[in-house]
Amino acid sequence: MEQLKVAEVNETNEIEQTIQYIVIKLGDEQYGIDIKYIDNIVRMQHITRVPKVANYLKGVINLRGEVIPVMSVRLKMDLPADEITKSTRIIILKLEQHGTIGIIVDEVKEVVTLSTSTIEKVAYDGQEGKVNFINGIGKHNDELISLLDLNTVAMEK
Amino acid sequence: MDVNQYLEIFLDETKEHLESLNTQILNLEQSPDDADTINEIFRAAHSLKGMAGTMGYKRMQALTHDMENVFSEIRNGSMKVNSAMIDTLFQCLDALEEYTRCIQETADEGTNENQALIDQLNVYLQGGGAQEETSELKAADKEETAPEATEARWKQIPLGEHEKHVFAVAVKDGKSVYGLDIKVQETCILKAARAFLVYKAIEEKAEIIVCNPSAQDIEDEKFDLEFSLIVVSEHPIEQIITSAKNVSEIESVTGAVMEVDAKAVEAVQAEVEVKDETRPAVQAQAQAQNAAAKQTDKKAGKPVVNRTVRVDIEKLDVLMNLVSELIIAKNSLVSSSTTEASSSAGFNEQIEYLESVTTNLHESVMKVRMVPIESVVNKFPRMIRDLSKKLNKKMELYMSGEETELDRTVVDEIGDPLMHLLRNSADHGLESAEVRAQRGKPAVGSIFLDAYQDGNNVVIEVRDDGNGIDVEAVKRKAIERGVITPEQGESMSEKDIINLLFHAGFSTAKQISDVSGRGVGLDVVKSKIESLSGEVEVKSKLGEGSTWIIRLPLTLAIIQALMVIVGGEKYAISLGSIQTIEDISPSEIKLVQNSEVIHLRGTVIPIIRLNKELDIESSKAPDENMVVVIVKKGEKLAGLVVDELIGQQEIVIKSLGKYISKCKIISGATILGDGEVALILDANALI
Repeated sequence: MEQLKVAEVNETNEIEQTIQYIVIKLGDEQYGIDIKYIDNIVRMQHITRVPKVANYLKGVINLRGEVIPVMSVRLKMDLPADEITKSTRIIILKLEQHGTIGIIVDEVKEVVTLSTSTIEKVAYDGQEGKVNFINGIGKHNDELISLLDLNTVAMEK
Repeated sequence: MDVNQYLEIFLDETKEHLESLNTQILNLEQSPDDADTINEIFRAAHSLKGMAGTMGYKRMQALTHDMENVFSEIRNGSMKVNSAMIDTLFQCLDALEEYTRCIQETADEGTNENQALIDQLNVYLQGGGAQEETSELKAADKEETAPEATEARWKQIPLGEHEKHVFAVAVKDGKSVYGLDIKVQETCILKAARAFLVYKAIEEKAEIIVCNPSAQDIEDEKFDLEFSLIVVSEHPIEQIITSAKNVSEIESVTGAVMEVDAKAVEAVQAEVEVKDETRPAVQAQAQAQNAAAKQTDKKAGKPVVNRTVRVDIEKLDVLMNLVSELIIAKNSLVSSSTTEASSSAGFNEQIEYLESVTTNLHESVMKVRMVPIESVVNKFPRMIRDLSKKLNKKMELYMSGEETELDRTVVDEIGDPLMHLLRNSADHGLESAEVRAQRGKPAVGSIFLDAYQDGNNVVIEVRDDGNGIDVEAVKRKAIERGVITPEQGESMSEKDIINLLFHAGFSTAKQISDVSGRGVGLDVVKSKIESLSGEVEVKSKLGEGSTWIIRLPLTLAIIQALMVIVGGEKYAISLGSIQTIEDISPSEIKLVQNSEVIHLRGTVIPIIRLNKELDIESSKAPDENMVVVIVKKGEKLAGLVVDELIGQQEIVIKSLGKYISKCKIISGATILGDGEVALILDANALI
């Protein structure tokens, strides 16, 4: 219903609903994170390891007096482990369900504004054993941006 | 002004009064003739009624009113206290607590009339004789004689022409003019609030014409302890005084009829026309005010569940001083950093100063958070009394150290575990009267609740002189329930077996009663206390009784810790659990049942290699001497092998958050001086 309405409005008034995404890189792929969940972006810093937790949980960092868990999205998505470079960043997310967590990304590129019409929903293909971390694909200047479903990313395996 | 803003005070005070009623009524049962006790009860019930009335909680007021009547009869000696009556009174208190809870959640008292209780109270009253009226008259007499004593302040109020005119009009209409002096107690914290409540109480009965100091000044708390009113009313003055006295923390209300100039009255009669114009205006205004007040009353919306701590003003003063010192310290640091050639000695001095200020600041903030455990333990005598009736066992609760102070959060949480332990003692611990007689014990069983401070801990002991724990029975039960195997049972020490009681799903009471024995008790107690970073242990002697010992840390947020390095990572171990630190050569390690132990001054202590627990490589070669931190949990010792010691440090505990809470041996994290995060090892979980 919602989308139908939006589509109608698009046709008549040319007003589109837009969402801002921060574009990040993991390996060669570009991902988008809805800006409303982002609390902060910080440079890579020393992460204190926490023993006996899942391998993708890299540990905790100190963010202005708060202790915040940091996870590796690469390990979570079964990609090769992170290589820390100058452009590596930790994105601090504020999620309703999971509280504040940080995720490690290879690079933060830019902020893009996508209108709902340029976002293609990804149907859940139900492939066994594979969790879908993406809930849509946005088109921006001939490039494709995979939009991360943050709740699935943060969900415990 | 909105009544709502006084709701918090109302709730706080109601709880206090209810608590005091609970204790005092218990006292009353013990010594029915003690005049002090009954006076105290009467006073509390009276203020309760008044407060409920002013706040507009009619049902609560009705119930307390009837209770007050009963107390009044008892006070006059025209009625004797008996056990059934005490029971009813306790039920009334429960009902009042229910009202309070309702008010706290919804700002409304709910709809339960508790008619049955009121009827019951009235039955006692009728049985007690019809002397009620005389007693009230007596009280009124007393109140009336008092005021004449001192020079009434209200007489000094300067009166304008307009006021005099209003008085004259009132007298002509058959109303009376009264002057009232109200004195607020010196200890009262919110004078303005009290004054407002008095103002409002009087407004219900009378029209307030003059107020000295002005109503605005009173609202802004611009008055000493006293203020005066001149009112016009058709009610007798006693009624007005009583309703004003119903407000608590009011020391005295005195008043008398004011003589109005007869000439003025005559004058008024002469100008009938004018009168007709002015009077309705005044009344309309008063009505409008009343209506507005009622509306705000109704609006009283959202729950008021803010938890509050009453703080001694002195403690706040100390805090304020420390904060100003902190600012001074900061300023001198700033200035020493701007003067380029600052000597490092001066700088260090400033740092030391800053350190002492922050330590003191921490201490005072902690003190502000501390409340005596009294508020929790005070409900226990009542509970034991109820249990005594229910279980048909005679028992007595002796308490000591109620003034021991603990962090507010801990005090809030400790109530349930303690209640569990007390019930346990009452139900399982104490024997029935016949058995006690056989064993030559006094017929009345004793339960003790002792609290005291021990170093950085607060210890609470629950002790009974009952049967003690039957180790064999526990063992049999444990085997039966499959908690342990018979072989394990053979090799277990008495202590270990007793500790099985804390296992989930374990209850040895042969009969399940609604008091205890559902097997969900002790493990809940244990986990609750551990969640407060405390510990619980039992000492018991069969036939002589058992003692449950709860140890709680004084504060939760900041602890003294030993910083250690394991495999290049920094960890903190709470100083509270550390016994000693030893330097051990690898050759001293022996193997017992395939686990490593050391033999240290006569005790065999198992060794825990932290690097293995933490999944990390030790940075030390195997043949080097080891640093072993001996930690203690209850009676048990263990040696933690670390790579290096850094030193002692005061650390602020931060939670790791629920996202990463899986790791049991880590109890939290802390941020070090360089901004790095270090994890805090939970020695209790390691042992």
